[in-house]
Amino acid sequence: MPEENAGGGGPQGLGDKVRERAADLARVLKEKGKEEIEGLKDPEKTQLWRSIFRVKHDETPRNRALSVLSNVFFHLHPAKVNRDAVRYSYTWGMGGITFYLFIVLTFTGVLLMFYYHPSKVQAFRDILYLEHDVPFGKLLRNMHRWAAHLMIIAVWLHMFRVFMTGSYKRPREFNWCVGVILMVLTLLLSFTGYLLPDDQLGFWAVTVGTGMAKASPMLGHEGPFGPELGMTPFNDVRFALLGGSIVDANALLRAYIWHCIAIPLLAAIFMGVHFWRVRKDGGISGPAPVMLESEIKEEKGPRPVILRPSGMR
Amino acid sequence: MWGDWHQIWEVASTPDNVPIVAMLFLLPFYTWYAFREAFANDRLIEELEKDPAKAKTHHRKTFPWKPGWDREVHTWPYLMRVEFLAAVIVTVILMVWSITLNAPLEEPANPNLTMNPAKAPWYFLGLQEMLVYFDPWIAGVVMPTVIIIGLMAIPYIDANPLGNGYYTYKQRRFAIWAFIFGYIVLWSLMIVIGTFIRGPGWMWFWPTQTWDHNRLIYEVNVDLHDWGIFKYIVPQNLWGKGIFGGLVLGLFTVVCAWGIHKVCALTEFSRKIYARMTLLQIITMQVLLIMMISLPVKMALRLLLRIKYVWVTPWFRV
Repeated sequence: MPEENAGGGGPQGLGDKVRERAADLARVLKEKGKEEIEGLKDPEKTQLWRSIFRVKHDETPRNRALSVLSNVFFHLHPAKVNRDAVRYSYTWGMGGITFYLFIVLTFTGVLLMFYYHPSKVQAFRDILYLEHDVPFGKLLRNMHRWAAHLMIIAVWLHMFRVFMTGSYKRPREFNWCVGVILMVLTLLLSFTGYLLPDDQLGFWAVTVGTGMAKASPMLGHEGPFGPELGMTPFNDVRFALLGGSIVDANALLRAYIWHCIAIPLLAAIFMGVHFWRVRKDGGISGPAPVMLESEIKEEKGPRPVILRPSGMR
Repeated sequence: MWGDWHQIWEVASTPDNVPIVAMLFLLPFYTWYAFREAFANDRLIEELEKDPAKAKTHHRKTFPWKPGWDREVHTWPYLMRVEFLAAVIVTVILMVWSITLNAPLEEPANPNLTMNPAKAPWYFLGLQEMLVYFDPWIAGVVMPTVIIIGLMAIPYIDANPLGNGYYTYKQRRFAIWAFIFGYIVLWSLMIVIGTFIRGPGWMWFWPTQTWDHNRLIYEVNVDLHDWGIFKYIVPQNLWGKGIFGGLVLGLFTVVCAWGIHKVCALTEFSRKIYARMTLLQIITMQVLLIMMISLPVKMALRLLLRIKYVWVTPWFRV
């Protein structure tokens, strides 16, 4: 084509060169592309994958252990567990379910916070808005409420299981105490959340609940020795809880802050300790081999006293 | 008035009461489940105690075992898959529950319009029910504190080294009965009473009895020193009442302590465990158990004999 040679000199004009280069480039790109797409079939070999997961996932015992140990979320677990500990009949899974529900509650709770103002003017309307106008708002609120109830059931059953397996015995005494505190925090979390919709149900439940505080011995204005110590409705422990002498705007704000920030933070700290101690006290307690009555070791010397060093085991 | 099944359905189907209805099934199920495992282990223990040679070689669990098997399994995948499955099941239950039942929302809060009955959340109904039998400072402050401290004290007063990490009934009879008494009989039963029995005015309505908002009960609760024959025996002045109440409570404490002591020393095995306890452990256990026993006793006194207070002093009444 005459036009193509018009601009260049020689038999191979600039146009041909460009075309050749382009073809070359296309071939190389095609090859590279093919190669890389081939590579994607084996994503575990990519730099991206390796930078995230760090270890190979071939079916070797070493890798199975590493996949637990080198993952920040999984490393709560030991690499290996008692072969019978995975049976449902021993643990009932209630501790894990409690933790999972805490995560669900944090997630749904954060979403709910986007739609909620802890003020007397807004709070109840926000719930109505949430139920009628926010997409999936009703589902969100329902899930938050039922997960809270479910968590309390799971906590109680977890405690029941731990008792029935004698798992609070040495060396796990302290972790049982941490667990008791966590149970109390769970109940308090649920109770502080009760007031937040600012409806009759929450209002009267909290009125009844905090009403008991005014009867505290020495710290409440209606409790034994309270008035003698100068307690009035305006300076006693109930006043501190409600930020006032009645359940009103301040109480709503206090309940909100306890519910959304203070208690979850406390619970998270205690949970950290709880899980840490499960590991440090030798993993979950069993199922352990049964012990016989004849195998009870007689204690030598003075009996171990709880307030005296008992020797580490 | 009676045979009102609609009433009981209304209470049971209140969305916020669904958890307690669920507990009515879950608690017996898991109690049975725990005891099934415990009895299986007990049979094994009995077998091994009879046969010391077998005790030396046996792997000491009711689960299958063969020499050469690993004693531990990898967390990945054997534990993780169970956890994942549990999370999926819980999510499904939660989803279905949330789609089918709506969280309750009443009228906006109104301090001028009292709810009747004004009930605490279901998990605190045990404490609210206790308000009937004790003054608020006991039911609302002292008892919850004692429950929390008492629970934390359990590991430090249980001197029994057996049953650590496996279900057993035979080796821990006393501990198990004490816990079941506190957990199921007191705590759970009180919640059930608070949920299903207590109606308007916190009055006692039997199941299937209509909650009558206009019902009046002319019951006169009297203090123990005014009850029956005591009215004529006890000097009706401050000192007389105070000393009488203190004596009755002291007698109750002594009788309970003696009873607990007898139960602790019932069998040869329990005597052996009892002997391991320190004085501090025994006193703590006694105090906690006596407080636990005092609750149903006070309930019976109030519900059956219409007695309000046992011990009346100018500062507090018990």
